Amino acid sequence: MFSLIESFRSAISSVRAHGFRSFLTTLGIIIGVSSTIAVVSVIQGLSYSINQQFEGFGSNSISVRSFTPRSERLKGKIARITPQDVERIREGVEGVEHITPTLGSNVGGTSSIKYKGIEAFGQVAGSTYTYQAVQNIDIKHGRFLSYSDNQTRRKVVVIGEKLREDLSLPKNPIGEYIFFAGEWLKVIGLAEPKGSFFGFSQDNFAVVPYSTMQSLNGNLLEPDIFVQLQLKNLDNLEQIKGKIKRILRKEHRLKPGEDDDFKIETPEQLTSGISDVISMLTIVLGGIVSISLIVGGIGIMNIMLVSVTERTREIGICKAIGAKRHHILLQFLIEAVVLSLLGGIIGILLGYGLGMLASASIPNFPPANVPLWAVGIAFGFSAGVGVLFGILPAAKAANLDPIEALRYE
Amino acid sequence: MSLILLEDICKYYYMGDQQVKALSHINLTIKPNEYIAFIGSSGSGKSTMMNILGCLDKPTKGRYLLNEKNVSTLTQNELADIRNKEIGFIFQSFNLLPRASALNNVMLPLVYKGIPLNLRKNLAKEALEKVNLADRMDHIPSELSGGQRQRVAIARALVTQPSILLADEPTGNLDSQTTQDIMTLFDELHNEGQTIIMVTHEDDIAEHCHRVVRLSDGQIVEDYENERKLANV
Ligand SMILES: Nc1ncnc2c1ncn2[C@@H]1O[C@H](COP(=O)(O)OP(=O)(O)O)[C@@H](O)[C@H]1O
Ligand SMILES: [Mg+2]
Repeated sequence: MFSLIESFRSAISSVRAHGFRSFLTTLGIIIGVSSTIAVVSVIQGLSYSINQQFEGFGSNSISVRSFTPRSERLKGKIARITPQDVERIREGVEGVEHITPTLGSNVGGTSSIKYKGIEAFGQVAGSTYTYQAVQNIDIKHGRFLSYSDNQTRRKVVVIGEKLREDLSLPKNPIGEYIFFAGEWLKVIGLAEPKGSFFGFSQDNFAVVPYSTMQSLNGNLLEPDIFVQLQLKNLDNLEQIKGKIKRILRKEHRLKPGEDDDFKIETPEQLTSGISDVISMLTIVLGGIVSISLIVGGIGIMNIMLVSVTERTREIGICKAIGAKRHHILLQFLIEAVVLSLLGGIIGILLGYGLGMLASASIPNFPPANVPLWAVGIAFGFSAGVGVLFGILPAAKAANLDPIEALRYE
Repeated sequence: MSLILLEDICKYYYMGDQQVKALSHINLTIKPNEYIAFIGSSGSGKSTMMNILGCLDKPTKGRYLLNEKNVSTLTQNELADIRNKEIGFIFQSFNLLPRASALNNVMLPLVYKGIPLNLRKNLAKEALEKVNLADRMDHIPSELSGGQRQRVAIARALVTQPSILLADEPTGNLDSQTTQDIMTLFDELHNEGQTIIMVTHEDDIAEHCHRVVRLSDGQIVEDYENERKLANV
């Protein structure tokens, strides 16, 4: 049997013989593969870092937040999770390791904080000692909130690095007092910086004890609370969700048929939303890739047809000394595959480089990450394109009549 | 026993509605170890004859027995196999692969024969030694003189140990000294038992052969033994 190695050797030598032309031929494939790999690597880096963000959240936790259905919003009602709701959940739900209520100073927004005449804005939350684990906070100086801080409503605060900088607090701000919502709060802890996420600083925060926050918020009529529950295990997740739902519906006096005015979410739900976006992007990309690969394939077919014509005489010589159809077919097919694989490999390397460059040049963007499956698919597709678009020129070469081929000038 | 038997071979070409009889009603027998020259004016059908003998082309009509096997009915792939194993072709314009070294050119028929690399290399080297080109085997054709190129082509034709060596005006592109060298090589090969069929239009080349067949307008008009040569044997 005719050796494949021989075909490969001759394919590589003929690709090298026309170095620049080969490069131009594979350009379509290079561009298609590299742009895909670049975008995939950036998206993958992003989703990897998003998943990292949610890991702190704990995989066996549930979150409960208020949600105003559209119909209610039109009537001017705004749903809330109240301290009383939290107490009812605490009393009524079993199998919960700990419950972490978080009270925003001002739903979603930032609040004014002052220190020695300097004013800064940060996100202030009231929560319990379990907030540290739930939010994955590491302490650089001092300590985090304790159980007793909450019990005794101490006027203490743990701050993030960005807020410390903005307020021009000392590098070690423990013991300093900052002014928030009409009260002086003692800084007892400084968190390790977490850096930025999508360009937003994650260190522009302050946490005070939950009970302290409630009293600070005295002027606020109805505070809205975000509740995270750490479960003992995941087995009775659905039961617990059902139980919370019943408690809240009863507390909020919802009639049967009325929509919930709250949402109970598991981390899977949050991450699956992101996965949906990512898989959509992947489909769109897939479309772009297939178009660019087809264009690249046509480029290869074109140059292979030229190459067959140019080498008509050589084909005649090979046939005269005994080459059969499949020898010639294989030789040109392998040449097309070598060309497109070359494009694929250059594209993968280039795409990875571009992805790295892109994520490095956007400040605080997570690093690019090329998954092996993307490399595999890029490789497989380029080989496939080579076969698909190489078959026609190769068949043309294989079907040449030896005499006519030899006579070709 | 005959090596080649042609029975009523015709080859017609059609130019528009005009028929060109390149060969008409050829009957010919060639025995092993013959040394034959086809001669005749340009357009008399010599190349057409060689192409049919070499299984590169099929006759329009007639029967061709090679080694007592009817090859007129074979498929393209079967013909390729015959060309590979039974026939060594030598062309006026050498027809070497321009990008391959002399060694690789000589190895190529063995690739199609499925000979493993090591053996292939050894056989090709032997063939190149036989034509006195062992020291040039890494050169590509453009680095070789005309005579050297034709030697490479002869080595390529010999490497599969074919039953027939076919040469269509092998010295047509060579100067007189090189022509003499190449003809001496053919004589030696014939003395070793090789069957050689060549085309020429030069009388002094035909002189080397033992049998001369003259073609005119696609027909054999003369077929004679070279008395002087035969006397020498
Ligand atoms: N492919 C072809 N198509 C048409 N006519 C051809 C073809 N090949 C050869 N001929 C004709 O056949 C005749 C014999 O040609 P050829 O065998 O090449 O002659 P020679 O080799 O003796 O010069 C010539 O008249 C030539 O024009
Ligand atoms: Mg001729």
